[in-house]
Amino acid sequence: MARPYAAESESKEEPAVKLPEQVVRLGTVILALLVIVLSLRFFILPASFFSAQPHQAEKVVREMAKPPHYAGAASCRECHAEQFTAQSAGYHRNIACENCHGPSAQHAAGDKSAVPRVQKDREFCLACHAYNRSRPNGFPQVDPQEHNTRKQCIRCHDAHDPVPPETPKDCGGCHGRIARTKALSAHALLPCADCHKVDEQHMLHPRSALPTKPDSRESCGRCHAASATGPDVSKATVDLASHGGKYVCWECHYAHLPEGPK
Amino acid sequence: MNKREFLTDAVLFFPAAGLLEALALEAQGKELSADTATGYDPTLHWYGMGIDVDKCIGCNRCVEACKAENDVPDEPYYFRTWIERYTVRRDGKTTVECISTKPGPAKQAEPEDPSVVRTFFVPKLCNQCAHPPCVQVCPVGATFQTKDGVVLVNEKTCIGCRYCIQACPYGARYLNPRTRTADKCTFCYHRVTKGLQPACVEVCPTEARIFGDLNKLSDRLVRFQRANDISVLKPDLNTDPKVRYAQLDGEVR
Repeated sequence: MARPYAAESESKEEPAVKLPEQVVRLGTVILALLVIVLSLRFFILPASFFSAQPHQAEKVVREMAKPPHYAGAASCRECHAEQFTAQSAGYHRNIACENCHGPSAQHAAGDKSAVPRVQKDREFCLACHAYNRSRPNGFPQVDPQEHNTRKQCIRCHDAHDPVPPETPKDCGGCHGRIARTKALSAHALLPCADCHKVDEQHMLHPRSALPTKPDSRESCGRCHAASATGPDVSKATVDLASHGGKYVCWECHYAHLPEGPK
Repeated sequence: MNKREFLTDAVLFFPAAGLLEALALEAQGKELSADTATGYDPTLHWYGMGIDVDKCIGCNRCVEACKAENDVPDEPYYFRTWIERYTVRRDGKTTVECISTKPGPAKQAEPEDPSVVRTFFVPKLCNQCAHPPCVQVCPVGATFQTKDGVVLVNEKTCIGCRYCIQACPYGARYLNPRTRTADKCTFCYHRVTKGLQPACVEVCPTEARIFGDLNKLSDRLVRFQRANDISVLKPDLNTDPKVRYAQLDGEVR
């Protein structure tokens, strides 16, 4: 029966909350461990014991000590000045030697056994010069299936000073990108002077006399107005009075490549 | 030595060894930074890269140079920098493909497609964010930002948990199958600290990539930033990338 025991314990009148002996002992041990661990963590062990910084500093030093594989164009120049001069005036002037000849730090450091590669196969040149419509307008490209399929590029083009088959003359000499863009367009056969008035002075001192741009809609209207007559009348005609309002045509239509390549 | 002696010695030895190693590393770290201060002071630089999207011809020379310079695994074909090809069509749909795949036989020329409005290449690499999310999430401090702003991975302390690979919004990290640790572009840290250009910048044939120091007003990169319309990738994430793009199309993500 439970009742007599309960009555007995009530009569002793001990404090209401007395922790059992085993709890006190265990608590003391846990408290001591906690104090030890916390003091180890925050007072005894130095901050660097937990910090990644020393490891990071060591990594930076290791990273900086790695040897470069590409020597850089400047160090090629020290011995190969001749090729450098040939290259520095041509279209490939911005291309580093090691772009084609491969990583050559070992060669530059004086190791005679490490000979830089010489690229002779078409595939290598075509990595840049094969036609790809995502390439920027005017970048020189060929169709590999059409352009001297069985010939190595270097048979006709000197890679150090590549020259296009025909040197651009007149406006295209300076405005190559525009000339090449225009060559793809419906306006390919129009001479530049049809739309731009160019002073002789512009050829000598370009900035002293800038060419003009068409300042009226009638300039394009000569071919594109609905009322235009004559042999050059374009199929793309518009009514000048209702189309485009106050704007000059070239403010909306890029005259060097109107409505995309043809 | 009996068991009791062994255990007491072990209890003393292991923490003491750890403590000594930490102190030694700290001392070495101080010594090393003092060493480098004589030749190269990282606090004077804040490196960045400029990319002129209009100039990229998608030739993949940068990818090959990076792989040769940094010994990036060839099998499977990993890369630290890569080129994406964007194609925007008339119906407003944009397709993106990575063209930095293992070199194979030349592809047939594509037929002209009148539905394409515009198409271009975008070189990508680690953006070396000023506020890098990958550094925030690394549980062991293996990836960190150097004083000159380059984010590096310490392959000796990296545990290969891939958390940083998940955290990078630009997909610039991969797990190196050889070391089993995270790996990424270092801006060719071993080159730039010697005054050389990163390998990708060195070989770029059209100068679509410009490397420089954002701290120096006279730097080529700073002039490039002044002269062009500059944007960064995913500016809404506030990572403050140090790879700055010029003439970047709005479709690029």
